[in-house]
Amino acid sequence: MIVAETKPLDEIWRSIAPYSRVLILGCGTCMTVCGAGGEREVSFLADALRMSQARGGEHDHSLLEYTVKRQCDAEFLETFVDRSREVDAILSLGCGVGVQVVADRFPDLPVLPGNNTYFMGASSEWGVWDERCAACGDCRLADTAGVCPITRCTKGILNGPCAGAKNGKCEANKEADCAWILIYQRLERLGQLDKMRRYYPPRNFRVIPRPRRIVNKTQVSTGGNDGQVSV
Amino acid sequence: MAKSLFDEKLADAKFLVTTEVGPPKGTDISEMLHNIDLLKDKVDAINVTDGQSSVMRLASLAGCLIVKERGGEPILQVTCRDRNRLALQADLLFASVRGIANVLCLTGDSVDVGDHKEAKPVFDLDSVQLLKAIRIMEGGKDLGGNDLKGAVQFCAGASVHPAADFIEPQLIKFEKKVAAGAQFFQTQGIYDVGSLRRFMQYASQFPVKILAGIIVLASARMARYMNENVPGVIVPQATIDELATAEKGKGLQKGMEIAARAIRSIKAGGLCHGVHIMAVGNERLVPEILEAAGLT
Repeated sequence: MIVAETKPLDEIWRSIAPYSRVLILGCGTCMTVCGAGGEREVSFLADALRMSQARGGEHDHSLLEYTVKRQCDAEFLETFVDRSREVDAILSLGCGVGVQVVADRFPDLPVLPGNNTYFMGASSEWGVWDERCAACGDCRLADTAGVCPITRCTKGILNGPCAGAKNGKCEANKEADCAWILIYQRLERLGQLDKMRRYYPPRNFRVIPRPRRIVNKTQVSTGGNDGQVSV
Repeated sequence: MAKSLFDEKLADAKFLVTTEVGPPKGTDISEMLHNIDLLKDKVDAINVTDGQSSVMRLASLAGCLIVKERGGEPILQVTCRDRNRLALQADLLFASVRGIANVLCLTGDSVDVGDHKEAKPVFDLDSVQLLKAIRIMEGGKDLGGNDLKGAVQFCAGASVHPAADFIEPQLIKFEKKVAAGAQFFQTQGIYDVGSLRRFMQYASQFPVKILAGIIVLASARMARYMNENVPGVIVPQATIDELATAEKGKGLQKGMEIAARAIRSIKAGGLCHGVHIMAVGNERLVPEILEAAGLT
């Protein structure tokens, strides 16, 4: 799940200020689940902008609302092509991927981000999200008992803890558990401490050079999702 | 053959004393020069810190050059916080060609505890990988597998935390540092000599020299502040209570007494191979502490 937060209202005002007709575009997938840009948040944001506009009197914008199933797939963007002709800009409440796919589909319109995209994570309790994957392209969770040191250790180090933890918490964030203590505890429970004793060489940051691209060979060789699987 | 004067001393049975100086934030090096001149003949080597607590300061390389110029034996502290593997190797080459022959390999504090919290943390290597990098470079190669025109040679050390509140993973890492080529260790601050004794019962099986870290505290308030804010520092309540018994304005005096007492008991008990005194801003008082500890 990609997790984001809506930008502060004054920053959104500054970015939409030059455009009188703005389409606020929601996303029905991750942004709906994390509460940063689903149909409900599109409506909340539009109301908040209208209220502050009515109060302040300095803006005179017309705001349209629309939410697609997924902004990161161009095919879902066709449903509002007609409406896009009635606006001067699109304010996307998608993640950073969504904003770019929308921009690519509408080359003649400014597409503005309404969210700050933070991380890939999981919900630990209602409304609380924790980062769990850094998309490093070289998953080592088998060696670290299912606890990611790249993501959950503030330094992302591979050969064990630094000396900064106190009471099991990270030196950079007293709320966060030291990832390496968690890794130690899980490996010990699994009888796999030999995995921690092993030397891990420096990371390969070239696993997939940026910008990264994945070609799914199955889909390419069969020409699409026609149920055929070839290896 | 010994790789440095300090390396030579590590081979002796003599009780070793090292201390550290923190380079200034700015170009006024007068205080650092004063401290180096004061300390260089009283200790076996002087560490120069590398942006300690992630506070931006003059580079440790510059400080080490100055220690050398003044006739002292420098230990270059190198953290992985600010430089990727290209820059770290470049700095090691720099140290090597200028005769800086001792390196302390550290992961480095988190950027979040320092004075440039918005900076990009690097940590391309960790302390174990940095030690390994030194040994690879000694073999005439860089980390990319390319030949070096002239190899490096370093007496390399690392850090360990005998008083960590969760010790087992620290010990695993300690062993990895030994395997990666650490010859000496300067520990995080020790207050409870018992924790050092327990650690040494385990660590004495390894062919490395251990120098116990002694942090000179200036007051109970400072101790509490460090417990709260300085990574790796764990001052036990008994030490804080003792500092609190000092009369107003005499906290530092009490802190020096505590430090001298710890050094005496470490040396008398033959617990480890030496001490590393961290006076955090009170370097000028290190000679007095040495005297009080009976080390002069």
